[in-house]
Amino acid sequence: MFENIKVIRVSEILSVSSLNKSYTSAGTALSVLQDVNFTINQGSTVSIVGPSGSGKTTLLGLCAGLDRATSGSVKLNGITLDNLNEDERARIRNQYIGFIFQNFQLLPTLTAIENVMVPLELRGERNVKSRALALLDKVGLADRGHHYPTQLSGGEQQRVSLARAFSNSPKILFADEPTGNLDTETGHKVEKLLFDLNTDAGTTLIVVTHDLELAGKTSRIIRLKAGAILSDDLESVHYGS
Amino acid sequence: MDHKAGINPLWLFKMAWRDSRKNRSRLFLFISSMVLGIAALVAIYAVGDNLNRDIDAQAATLIGADLNLHSNKEPAKPARKLLDSLKAKSTDYAEEQSFASMVLFIKGQGTRLVQIRALEGDYTFYGQIESTPQRASKTFRTEKNVLVDRTLMLQYNAKVGDSVQIGKLNFNIAGTLDKAPGQSGFASTIAPSIFLPLQYLAKTGLIEKGSRISYNFYYKFPSTLNVDQMVTQLSKVFDKNDLDEDTISSKKASTGKSFADVTKFLSLVGFIALLLGCIGVASAVHIYVKEKMQSVAILRCLGLSSRQAFFIYLIQITVIGLLGAIAGSLLGTLIQQILPAVFKDFLPLEMSTRISWRAIEQGLLLGVLISFLFSLLPLISIRKVSPLNTIRISTEEQKTDKDIWRWLVYLLIIGFIACFARLQLHNWRETLIFTGSIVVGFGILYGVSALTIKLIRRFFPNAWSYIWRQGLSNLYRPNNQTTVLVLAIGLGTAFICTLFFVQSILIGRITLSTKENQANMIIFDIQPAQKAAVTKLTQGLGLPLIQEVPIVTIRLQEINGLTEADNKKDTANRYSNRAFNSELRVTFRDSLTSSEKIVAGKWQGIVKKGDTARVSLEQGYANRIRVGVGDKLLFNVQGVMIPAVVGSIRDVDWNRIQTNFRVLFPKGVLDDAPQFHVLVTRVPNAATSAEFQQKLVSAFPNVSIIDLALILNVVNQILDKIGFVIRFMAGFSIITGLIVLISSVLISKYQRMQESVLLRTLGASSKQVFLITAIEYLLLGAIAAFTGIMIALAGNWALARFTFDIPFSPDWLAVLVILVCISLLTSLIGVLNSRSVLNRPPLEILRKNN
Repeated sequence: MFENIKVIRVSEILSVSSLNKSYTSAGTALSVLQDVNFTINQGSTVSIVGPSGSGKTTLLGLCAGLDRATSGSVKLNGITLDNLNEDERARIRNQYIGFIFQNFQLLPTLTAIENVMVPLELRGERNVKSRALALLDKVGLADRGHHYPTQLSGGEQQRVSLARAFSNSPKILFADEPTGNLDTETGHKVEKLLFDLNTDAGTTLIVVTHDLELAGKTSRIIRLKAGAILSDDLESVHYGS
Repeated sequence: MDHKAGINPLWLFKMAWRDSRKNRSRLFLFISSMVLGIAALVAIYAVGDNLNRDIDAQAATLIGADLNLHSNKEPAKPARKLLDSLKAKSTDYAEEQSFASMVLFIKGQGTRLVQIRALEGDYTFYGQIESTPQRASKTFRTEKNVLVDRTLMLQYNAKVGDSVQIGKLNFNIAGTLDKAPGQSGFASTIAPSIFLPLQYLAKTGLIEKGSRISYNFYYKFPSTLNVDQMVTQLSKVFDKNDLDEDTISSKKASTGKSFADVTKFLSLVGFIALLLGCIGVASAVHIYVKEKMQSVAILRCLGLSSRQAFFIYLIQITVIGLLGAIAGSLLGTLIQQILPAVFKDFLPLEMSTRISWRAIEQGLLLGVLISFLFSLLPLISIRKVSPLNTIRISTEEQKTDKDIWRWLVYLLIIGFIACFARLQLHNWRETLIFTGSIVVGFGILYGVSALTIKLIRRFFPNAWSYIWRQGLSNLYRPNNQTTVLVLAIGLGTAFICTLFFVQSILIGRITLSTKENQANMIIFDIQPAQKAAVTKLTQGLGLPLIQEVPIVTIRLQEINGLTEADNKKDTANRYSNRAFNSELRVTFRDSLTSSEKIVAGKWQGIVKKGDTARVSLEQGYANRIRVGVGDKLLFNVQGVMIPAVVGSIRDVDWNRIQTNFRVLFPKGVLDDAPQFHVLVTRVPNAATSAEFQQKLVSAFPNVSIIDLALILNVVNQILDKIGFVIRFMAGFSIITGLIVLISSVLISKYQRMQESVLLRTLGASSKQVFLITAIEYLLLGAIAAFTGIMIALAGNWALARFTFDIPFSPDWLAVLVILVCISLLTSLIGVLNSRSVLNRPPLEILRKNN
């Protein structure tokens, strides 16, 4: 009955199966994530939402290879991260992943342009200045390239952070509360810039937030509660609604 | 893209440069702690290097001739023949007889024991005897003139043209002796010399049988003659004739060796300053790395490997270390220019101040190596920084004590200290003691700081006022400086106290001898015929005869039938060769004194005619030459062979001011041997001492007097000079300690700034913040200084007990003063460095900080 239906196979960029994470704190085991399973397709935009302490940031850390799961598996761009050592995971991050943080995480001793150049330089690429400048231009900061982070406002710092996140043309971009430290107006500007750049680059975007308005702009919402998936709204397409 | 191959090492340097941008001034502050240590070592190395070159260049003037043959015995006929045959080969020849004797400065009637050097010939052949006026060094030889050491001229306020009585003759002072070949200013303080023409010596009446005279023969040979080769060939002949030899090359070697010992000691003192600085470097890098954790986490997030992150910071620290080493080397080279002035009293030669590139190279290498090694400890924690820190601070604390690299770095540091010590000391035992002491010292200080933290937490005085509680809790809260400051201040205090205590022990040891009822004057060289008269004179002035002993000069010829030559051939080398080389001054009596105790065998006081004498040996001497009770000895008593058996071994208290002997004969053997007598007495005051000495010298010009008051004075002068050099070197450690203290306080200031500002925002007054800071640093200073003083006390007690064998009674008032001063100084530095928080509005600081 399906012979007339053309099946389009969309490739998976991220696959998480039976993921568990627990910490030992003051001698007591504390379970932060329990049996988390999902897959994310290339080019999609996903938000992970949930109240404070629900395990959002922990999940992001595990998906991005910043930490190891207690059990379960994470596959990113076809590569299983579980058994890679820290340096191998660092290489994966540099090649396939971009990051945006709530508190910007720019290197304070580097100028804006140098911050954007770092991921490219880490790859050993040369003549990266023009590309970094072009990215700064895209975020509207071409004339602020030689300023240090402390000389930029919060919004400007996050725009530099956006430029840096896209500098290595990542396959997947993780954003942890990207507008959490910004006022509403600046937050909206940064959000727009984030989605515009993402659309242009065709990057998979995973946003961790408790801002439901921001989450509503993604094509899929995964809701977490007490370390488990409460709902995975694959069908909801709220963007523009 | 191959990411692994892509990283360019140059990029690591570029990143290190970029990352250091906002911290360079602080990095220099970190490294400033080691600058002085490097400077001290470079200065000492340069002095050593220049000294070696100077000795090479000036060796001929140290001895003043190509060959100097010397003996304590008047040359017999065969020896005289040998000396004459050498004289025939030489182009110039001179002879000298020297001995200790009393002299009388006629004008002021002052008497003093001096070294008489009676000279014949045109000595010196290289360099010159320096005198004022200079011509006097030549003219004194022809008339009844003398050259008198400058220290004596000053002491007795004598002028050129005055008269001095030596033995039975009066001499005219032709000039002041400024410098004799091979003699340092130091040596002239101990034994000031008077030069006179040999032709008048006999007429002084000072040469009598039994007098202890040193005979010197100086030769200058044609440049075509290989002196060293000739001396090697004649060595056995010299030995047979009781002649010892010195050539330019042997003098070069012996002078070099003695100064190598001095520079060795001083470089260890400098090295301690450097180690102290290293604690500063390690602590500063530790704080620096802590502050950099977030940047490392970001870089790790962006794909930097742990090794690359480690290298970025290692490059920074090593480069800064190199800059510190360059600064230290420059400063050391500057200090080196003033060191000749510090050392001049100790050196028998002119010291040059040329720049020593070798010393600078060593300083640079040491600086880089040390900054590398000591920063490794905090830097290895960079490898463990998780990228997760970008999104949250890691919930699992790193357990560094299980990191094998950390233990490896500890081993590397200890290995480095041991290697450095070994290079300086050339002796594994001393190396182990030095390294062990440093490790134990560090261990104790570390233990005390850990214990302090634990005890304060455990017994926290909750009932105390807020200010005291806050000040106390600062000692154990995160980012505390307790360990670093206790190590730096404690080690510095221990070092200062050790120097202070050692000086006290040495002075105490001498002053002990001058206490009431102890002998304080020794008269020797009394001829048998003079004995009764000297005794009468002494008793006539109401002075006690504490001791009156005969002394005979002998040599050991054989031990159990083995001569020196046999012993050298004997592969087992049963007895020490030194036993045969030295001249022994022995006595004979029928009983033991109160300072002697038999520890083995049986004491025999009288020997019957025809029986073999049973001699008693001092325990240390018997051990050194490796003989025991029952061993057979053959003594050469000025040509007459006397057999003896070791009858007993004695323990002797050498600290008493009286005559003590390594070998003691019973009565009945040496009674008729050539001898002189020694008389020990006590003079109550300076006036009686002067009167007694004048009467003795006038009536018996040949006797010599050792005045302990004068000796004490000389020893004090010497200790002052040595003390100055040690204090000069210790100054590097003390200033380094202060720099470490200041930089540690400055670093902790950055840590505490936020908290102090918050306190001020919440309404704390400047006075309250001031008191909290003052209390914290006062406690730190007191704990550290107390521990340092305890270490020094323990070390010096052991030194006094086991090395000097005297009771250790430190000056407790001085100890208290040191404790209070260091605690207050630490508190003062802490408060001064935190004054920016105290004097400014909180908002201004917050803005500046952000």
